[in-house]
Amino acid sequence: MEDTIVAISTSLGVGAISIIRVSGNKSISLVNSIFKGEDLEKVKSHTIHYGFIIDKEEIIDEVLVSVMLSPKTFTTEDVVEINCHGGIATTNRILELLVENGGRLAEPGEFTKRAFLNGRISLLEAESVSDLIESKSESQRRMAISGVNGRLTAIIKKIREDILNIIANIEVNIDYPEYEDALEITHEYLKEKGKTIKKDLELLLSNAKVGKLIKSGIDIALVGRPNVGKSSILNALLNEEKAIVTDISGTTRDLIEAHMTLNGIEINLIDTAGIRETEDVVEKIGVDKSKQIIESADLIILVLNNNEELTKEDQKLLEQIKDRKHIVFINKDDLETKLVLKNNLNIIKGNTKNLDGLEKLKQKIIEMYNLDQINKKDLTYLSNIRQINLVTESLKSIEHSLEDIEKEIPIDMLEIHLRHAFDTLGTLIGETYEDELIDKLFKNFCLGK
Amino acid sequence: MKYDIIVVGGGHAGCEAAHISAFMGKNTLLITMNKKNIADMPCNPSIGGTAKGVIVRDIDALGGLMGKVADESHFQIKMLNSKKGPAVRSLRCQADKTTYPKNMLKRLESTKNLTILEAMVENILVENKKVKGIVLANDNEIYCDSLILTTGTYLKSNILRGTINIEEGPHGEARSNFLSDNLRKLGFTIQRLKTGTPPRIKKESIDFSVCSEEYGDTTFFTFSHDDDPKYKIEEQQKCYLVYTNEVTHQIILDNLDKSSMYGGYVTGVGPRYCPSIEDKIVRFKDKLRHQLFLEPESMYYDEWYIQGFSTSMPEEVQEKMVHSIKGLEKAIITKYAYAIEYDAIDPLQLKPSLETKIIENLFTAGQINGTSGYEEAAGQGLIAGINAVRKLDNKEAFVLKRNESYLGVLIDDLVTKGTKEPYRMLTSRAEYRLLLRHDNSDLRLREYGHQLGTLTSQMYENYLNHLKEIEELKSFLKSTKLEISDKIKTYFSEKNYSIPLNKTSLFELLKRPEITMEFLESIQEIPFNENCKEIVSIEIKYEGYIKKTEKEIERMLKLEEKQIPIDIDYNKVKNLASEARQKLETIRPLSIGQASRISGVNPADISILTIYLKKEYGKDE
Repeated sequence: MEDTIVAISTSLGVGAISIIRVSGNKSISLVNSIFKGEDLEKVKSHTIHYGFIIDKEEIIDEVLVSVMLSPKTFTTEDVVEINCHGGIATTNRILELLVENGGRLAEPGEFTKRAFLNGRISLLEAESVSDLIESKSESQRRMAISGVNGRLTAIIKKIREDILNIIANIEVNIDYPEYEDALEITHEYLKEKGKTIKKDLELLLSNAKVGKLIKSGIDIALVGRPNVGKSSILNALLNEEKAIVTDISGTTRDLIEAHMTLNGIEINLIDTAGIRETEDVVEKIGVDKSKQIIESADLIILVLNNNEELTKEDQKLLEQIKDRKHIVFINKDDLETKLVLKNNLNIIKGNTKNLDGLEKLKQKIIEMYNLDQINKKDLTYLSNIRQINLVTESLKSIEHSLEDIEKEIPIDMLEIHLRHAFDTLGTLIGETYEDELIDKLFKNFCLGK
Repeated sequence: MKYDIIVVGGGHAGCEAAHISAFMGKNTLLITMNKKNIADMPCNPSIGGTAKGVIVRDIDALGGLMGKVADESHFQIKMLNSKKGPAVRSLRCQADKTTYPKNMLKRLESTKNLTILEAMVENILVENKKVKGIVLANDNEIYCDSLILTTGTYLKSNILRGTINIEEGPHGEARSNFLSDNLRKLGFTIQRLKTGTPPRIKKESIDFSVCSEEYGDTTFFTFSHDDDPKYKIEEQQKCYLVYTNEVTHQIILDNLDKSSMYGGYVTGVGPRYCPSIEDKIVRFKDKLRHQLFLEPESMYYDEWYIQGFSTSMPEEVQEKMVHSIKGLEKAIITKYAYAIEYDAIDPLQLKPSLETKIIENLFTAGQINGTSGYEEAAGQGLIAGINAVRKLDNKEAFVLKRNESYLGVLIDDLVTKGTKEPYRMLTSRAEYRLLLRHDNSDLRLREYGHQLGTLTSQMYENYLNHLKEIEELKSFLKSTKLEISDKIKTYFSEKNYSIPLNKTSLFELLKRPEITMEFLESIQEIPFNENCKEIVSIEIKYEGYIKKTEKEIERMLKLEEKQIPIDIDYNKVKNLASEARQKLETIRPLSIGQASRISGVNPADISILTIYLKKEYGKDE
């Protein structure tokens, strides 16, 4: 890794500023060659310098340049970051200049990869860094940081330690069969310990579900017949006119996605086109999609009209959402009640006209997902599929050993399961070497992290 | 005078090395200081033990001597861990310290191509980094093409007891004063190791009436794959169990500063797994007693060995310690316990063939490589012998993998991880021990032995017959179907077993966890030998576990296949951690697999190395 890599490390788009990151042993001389200002090769580490990026005589942009010398940098190599004015054209121009002068465009995830390969961060931390950069809400950020700090690593280390203790004891029993000094691991003992470890792993996995909430947020679909007020509810929740609200049925033909946060958790609101049997082709596409949304959303809010009797379509929708996580919002309760509903636990009444019932609706969502508790918890969650799979695999091994205890399989055989769980958890925190894992892992990373 | 191969040292490593080299047709000279000490057992009077017993089986499977000599020289034999799973069963025998060396010497003396010489070797002749011969203490030179050093604990050894420090080897034999210095001059790193042995007491002075008895097994066992048992079950000798007590512990604590170890008179590093009694008492303060086993050393003299009581206390303290034990109040000590310090080389300087990296055609085996134990030594001696021969024949080195034998684990650990204390084999060191069992030793290794030319034709035939029998047993179990009569029904229900369908094969029945071979035999005669039954029922019963292990092996072998070119320049591999670079440079692993087992080389270093190899060597990697 002798070459110096460059990439735009902020998201491309119209932001106030963009940052271009350069890492490698030539990064300082590289930036210096296109920088007009102080001689960057003479400045102290971790300092910021004002100046201009120039192409021969032409001034490209007015910039701030941070110089960070190895090893106390993200990649442990010399790193320079150029803070330039946002805008695709300028940023790209500077990037091109760097490449023309000997930099190489970084591959996806390459900065993190270097940080990992240079031993600065563990595998788990490397994954968390990618999460941190992708994070949008405060909770996401905290979770990512907690991964970076190795808190999850510490928890897994603790579980591994527990497993190792049992393994070690079993080994002593085997290697010193005649010695009474060592605790004899019996099936009963192993059962008890195994159950504790099982619980620890299960906790990690159930927390992972919360972790998924934090990372991906909750997808909430607003469904209902046309003109029951879905878009108005959406707007009221968002406090902005996102959906087009009219009195004409079937106005919202696209699935409108809007984001809000509840207790720091991202909520993705999907306003579906009014669902009804229709011949209108454009509208039909929207309706089909709505049905899909019902299948894939985390939570469905079915909106019904208090002022109308229950229609066949309503009944059909009620049937569709019956087995899904849902809330029924009975809108227009300021008007005469014509709607009769059998007892349904998740009913909230209100109206968008006076903004009644919307706070209740929010509270209901918070309640359903225990969102009020999430923020108080330690945010140590497994945050991607690979991590979850490895923990699941370890859990399976432990469960296997518990099953085989019942079959009275000898302890030293059961230990094979324990070792497998131990190794698998080791893979998770990068303490067991696994061949192609690393390359694969970094391929899943996005550019310029 | 010139030999093909010279072996220096007549201990367990030397015997196997010299025998196999001569057996493979090389004109071999074994040099020992005293023929009387051929295959000497200076410490415990037993051969085998957990993991070690499997090593002895493996040595036998490959044509070595230890198993056969042990079989004809013991007075008690036991299968350890017989109540645990199949992977950890292991034989141990109480070997007679008089007959074992005699029987070994007899075999060596009748080995063709082998000459035994009594002499002391003090230097090695080297030309262009290649072995040429040796120099004896009397300055005579003997030449050879290959040299195997199996010097045991005799390199600059010191016997320690309290403040006493004598420059000699075990049994008051002369130590080698110059060989280790000369090795150092040749470029070897020399380390100082320590081990110890307990006191011996006179049989008649033991009050056996207050000791609990320890018996041998009542079924026949042999280490050898070729010989039938040569002993009578009822003639096996008993061992005894006694305990230390608070008085013993107080004596030790009161005199701690007088022990060589705690008084600071020892520089060598001792083994953690084989602590002195001082160590046990200091480290495990809350233990009120420790077990001690009383074992006869021989049927031809009346000295008994106190297993678990090794110490470096002065003689007068040892007297008090021994007499504090119930049953040993009047014991007469015939030999005092001692600690022994000796020089060893750093095994990281060895190739997996046990040839040194520094001097061509120089091989080392046994305690000089930092191991402890007769079995570990013998196993290395065998492998060193085989490889010394193969090197002279320009053949590829014989390297056992970790999934093939404890010997593979042992040597891989030594040359990859090194050792800072005398290395003892433990079952826990073998990650694939489910496959490295006592029962399948010949299945794992005899074919290799055959290809290497280390087996007599009879040995190979025994193996082929065994294979055939196993296959026959399997088809017998598959074709024998159980008729479910009323009697059988009741028999099953009495045992609380669910009643199988009519005409279920015995093979299928064995898959059920509760149904054992013994149970089936109570219904249906199974006319096959015990070993076959054991192997087959393990294969059936633990199929899932075996498959799981095999999967892991597959993963390991994949990394093993990724070879590292021998001329790799680690300075060119950028970004390696400096510790990793240094370790890789000294050890020079042959594969990514081996590299990944080096302590201090972490996964990140392995990734960097893999990427470098891909870049530099492309598809060759």
